[in-house]
Amino acid sequence: MTTLATIPADRDRITVAILALGGQGGGVLADWIIDLANSNGYVAQGTSVPGVAQRTGSTVYYIEMVRRRDAGANRPDPVLALTPVPGDVDVVIASELMEAGRAILRGFVTDDRTTLIGSTHRIYAISEKSARGDGTGASDRILAAAERRAKRFVGFDMDAAANRAGSVISSVMFGALAGSGALPFPREAFENAIRHGGKAVPANLKGFATGEASAVEVRTAVEAAAMPPAPTTPAGRALADRIAATLPIPAHAIALEGVRRLMDYQDAAYAGVYLDRLVAIAAVDDGQDAHRLTAAVARHLALWMAYEDTIRVADLKVRATRSVRVAKEVRVNDAQLLHVTEYMHPRLREVCETLPRGIGGAILARPALRTWLERFFTKGRHVETTSLRWFLLLRLLAGMRGMRRSTLRYAEEQARIEDWLALIREIAPRDAALAAEIALTQTLIKGYSDTFERGLRNFHAVVGAARGLVGTPDAAERVRTLREAALKDDRGEALQQGLACGGRAA
Amino acid sequence: MAERSFKKEVEQLRLGAGEVFEGEGILAVTKALLQAGVAYVGGYQGSPISHLMDVFADADPLLRELGVHFESNASEAAAGAMLAASVNYPLRGAVAWKSVVGTNVASDALSNIASGGVTGGALIIVGEDYGEGSSIMQERTHAFAMKSQMWLLDPRPNLTSIVDMVERGFELSEASNTPVMIELRVRACHVTGQFTARDNRRPPLTVGEAAAAPRRDLSRIVLPPANFLHEREKIERRWPAALRFVAENRLNEWFGPERDDIGIIVQGGLYNTLNRALELAGLSDAHGAAQVPIYCLNVTYPLIPDEVTAFCAGKKAVLIVEEGQPEFIEHELNTLLRRADLQTRVIGKDILPRAGEYSGEVLRDGVIAFLKAWAPARAPETVLPLPAEPDLAREVPQRPAGFCTGCPERPIFSAMKLVQEELGELHVSADIGCHLFSILPPFHIGNTTMGYGLGTAAASAFKPKEGEGSRRAVAMMGDGGFWHNGLTSGIGNAVFNQDDTVTIIVDNGYSAATGGQDILSSRAENATRKTNNPIERAARGLGVGWARTLTHTYDVARMRDTLREALTSPEKGPKVIVAQSECMLNKQRRVKPLMAKAAKEGKRVVRERFGVDPDTCTGDHACIRLSGCPSLSIRDNPDPLRQHPVTHIDNSCVGCGNCGEVAHAAVLCPSFYKAAIVTNPGRWERWRTRMSRGAIAWLQRRHSRSIAARAF
Repeated sequence: MTTLATIPADRDRITVAILALGGQGGGVLADWIIDLANSNGYVAQGTSVPGVAQRTGSTVYYIEMVRRRDAGANRPDPVLALTPVPGDVDVVIASELMEAGRAILRGFVTDDRTTLIGSTHRIYAISEKSARGDGTGASDRILAAAERRAKRFVGFDMDAAANRAGSVISSVMFGALAGSGALPFPREAFENAIRHGGKAVPANLKGFATGEASAVEVRTAVEAAAMPPAPTTPAGRALADRIAATLPIPAHAIALEGVRRLMDYQDAAYAGVYLDRLVAIAAVDDGQDAHRLTAAVARHLALWMAYEDTIRVADLKVRATRSVRVAKEVRVNDAQLLHVTEYMHPRLREVCETLPRGIGGAILARPALRTWLERFFTKGRHVETTSLRWFLLLRLLAGMRGMRRSTLRYAEEQARIEDWLALIREIAPRDAALAAEIALTQTLIKGYSDTFERGLRNFHAVVGAARGLVGTPDAAERVRTLREAALKDDRGEALQQGLACGGRAA
Repeated sequence: MAERSFKKEVEQLRLGAGEVFEGEGILAVTKALLQAGVAYVGGYQGSPISHLMDVFADADPLLRELGVHFESNASEAAAGAMLAASVNYPLRGAVAWKSVVGTNVASDALSNIASGGVTGGALIIVGEDYGEGSSIMQERTHAFAMKSQMWLLDPRPNLTSIVDMVERGFELSEASNTPVMIELRVRACHVTGQFTARDNRRPPLTVGEAAAAPRRDLSRIVLPPANFLHEREKIERRWPAALRFVAENRLNEWFGPERDDIGIIVQGGLYNTLNRALELAGLSDAHGAAQVPIYCLNVTYPLIPDEVTAFCAGKKAVLIVEEGQPEFIEHELNTLLRRADLQTRVIGKDILPRAGEYSGEVLRDGVIAFLKAWAPARAPETVLPLPAEPDLAREVPQRPAGFCTGCPERPIFSAMKLVQEELGELHVSADIGCHLFSILPPFHIGNTTMGYGLGTAAASAFKPKEGEGSRRAVAMMGDGGFWHNGLTSGIGNAVFNQDDTVTIIVDNGYSAATGGQDILSSRAENATRKTNNPIERAARGLGVGWARTLTHTYDVARMRDTLREALTSPEKGPKVIVAQSECMLNKQRRVKPLMAKAAKEGKRVVRERFGVDPDTCTGDHACIRLSGCPSLSIRDNPDPLRQHPVTHIDNSCVGCGNCGEVAHAAVLCPSFYKAAIVTNPGRWERWRTRMSRGAIAWLQRRHSRSIAARAF
């Protein structure tokens, strides 16, 4: 990729590239800009490549404009190009952060001439969304590159601005373009282009105004660091005091969250068990890497102890806070009614797990009975939680919290947790790093039914391999490699390969 | 009914002499055809010429007034064959399609019409889908022009030149009795601009008048001995006539200084890009004042030997800017110069890339390389490389095309994934259409694609083995592909040979991938076409015994069960599943205004959308791997303990129901909920809801108190 120094800075031509995703109104924005230029003394031309890119892919719209000569001036029509050339783009408008990154990669953004107007919000690509863990790209790197590579970078969350204005992102981008001052046209000319377009004019003008104002403001948003929770009850205070007295400081914030979670999940006594277990780990932690082992166990023990059984799911679904959240998320106004339907699919296994240990275990141990009963649980249920009937049923289920300690699932999970903690305590004195990796492996256990069972299998496979690695110098590294392999595909092929070569990075 | 309304564009077709037409390149062509007195127009939709078909489909009243016949052809072969009307009669006819694929389909008819020749002007408008944004194999239409000896126009990409070339194309066709192709690249089809209109012309003879007074000329029919005479006629009569017409009417153009020792020959369609490359090299400006001679080929086939030798004479070297490969023009130039015994060097693909689109960047680098070699004094000095950003490249993800929000094809592939989990991997023969996106993430389904409507035919070799472990191949086909070609080449072929395959036909009511045009099986009533012809009936009519029509693709469990049955049923012979649900893009376009209107009028309106509870979502994203819906995304986990992002559904959700059904069918997780938002609820509904909500709220208050009591 090269750039030429021969392009005169004062050349009589303005080039604009718009990078947008299908459905974001990039074409509408391009039409506004073309109309704006044509109505204000310029000859403008636009091109685009729709086709399949319109179906969720990313598209480049390209506009060129040249000052119109006075009538009678002996000059042929301008010859305008159909593709942007790297190093020759005056304005780049990107509708999303990674599209701004793509514009930089394609060489459209250069520090000698380009005003980069980019929304900083993310629309995740399928590769980022479908990862089993966190597959998202690093936004800060794009922002840094935008500042570094553009002559001027006007960046803010245009999607949020559009939502605030009750408009669409294309009008906010058009406003930001006006606010950036990159084009030689007055504000009214921009507004006239929207009016001339004739579609949703009031909403678009509102979005435009928001975009323009935001482009002029200096961004001062500073993210507030999340504060650890403060206790609100005597029992909470007692547990908080215990954390302060018995755990190393780096583990405090997570342990407070853990205690809060488990009190919400069960009760103060259960949170007490959590701290007992955690203190036992802290006792074998040699404190390296800021008590990484204790911090890891604090997080993953809390998550594990708050396993998602049917009681927990029901409890979360019937809460008042949840009703409020749903109403806000789906944007219901006071004049409208909201009906909410859950998609639940409890299988015989989940039902038995919620029964007392003896009964649940007895059913699951009898194949004939099991097969007979399973017929009743092959279909998913549509559970309308906004109806009184279903609400009562779920509320009743949530109320079984008091009996949780007698359930089959409780017994199974506590046994697994104890095994896991015992292994960590056993290994920690010899290899704290390996013990911490075993603690982190809990992250593989997530989801429900098949997903949960697959995760559990993977967890056992990785932890089993870890046992065999005790004493090898790169044991921790190899367990980490295996854990990452387990998150690579649904069928566990990467994990099988990893296990076959003992966790050495291929 | 297409994806977009073209009312405004149709109005522009009525412009009279002196008025200014504003719009896209491909729409300028529609007006140019009417100005040229065309008698009939046809074609098959596809990017980048879909808008031409859509405008004509919407322009029925005007076409009637003018006596112009418009045909939405069943395929490009049908469109090509329609040009037969110009063989015996002085009727001007034009057909349009996406190329090179459409030209492939039409080539049988094109060979015939090119052999016998035409009396009335026959114009073939090809949208050359090459380079960025293309969805097809990268080949050149140029080869077809050469093999059948049809003339190929490649006008400069501005509306005036394009319109002018359309009209000249008819004249050239008539002067040389040869069909003429006009090639428009993707960006030229979509370039905006304006031209000064002329009055529309009624065709001097209409198709109806021709049909009422038939003419027959045995020498125009491709049968011995005429076929041998045709070949001679092409060489001895039509070719020289074409050369004469092109030269006399100066269809090719010259720019820049008259004398120089270098020069550039360029395909007309690339002229603007070349000028920009020269401008960046300091040898032209935004108004085309080139400082190097340019010979611009608005006619790329045939070349005009006298013009070529005159341009090259006295030059050390000429650069030929010719996109795509093989480099037919470059070969021909070398031959012409050899014959003329000129020593001018022809520089082309040895400097410019052999393959790929000639973008501004490519031509800028090519022009500079040419100048450095042959006119170093004029080559620009400073070339600064932009710093590479390898870190950035790692972070910026690819965005492969995928199914739209709420697409009815998504649940078909979700079901297929579930069946594969039970029965093992399947060989899936894909077709052309939106369903082809199944090949991409997250579905990764589909092994080959062989052409439009050829999904079933491409699976025909896979006869399952006998006994244990046998597995049937699956073929995909869209409703568009089915009517285009699949009915005979796919289903008919499978019935005759008793192929033991499973074909899924996606019946979404439109030719959706090309912009939502109506086809035979569309459910919409269409005033000028006959719709509502069921696909299953057509398949059964051909002799398919096992056929099922599912009328709601979003029922993932049913889709999965039907597919499993088709794959495991003891019945031999082809099995056909017709999967019906309306294309969501078109449905939203149809339904949204109706809903807004009803809500405004105070009628009860229900909007549905889905949501995910972040506190029960554990961040595994299995749901996304079975869906890939644009509205089903992720966001930072609000839970301070969990570190992986949670699934999230944004407000663009149209409530198709796929998420919930997949969660059920795959037994995924209880986090999904459906929200039905009722605008203008009835009085009884309001009262009933208030009662039950009151009770729920009371229970929730008690629940909240107990949570607060045990809270941290």
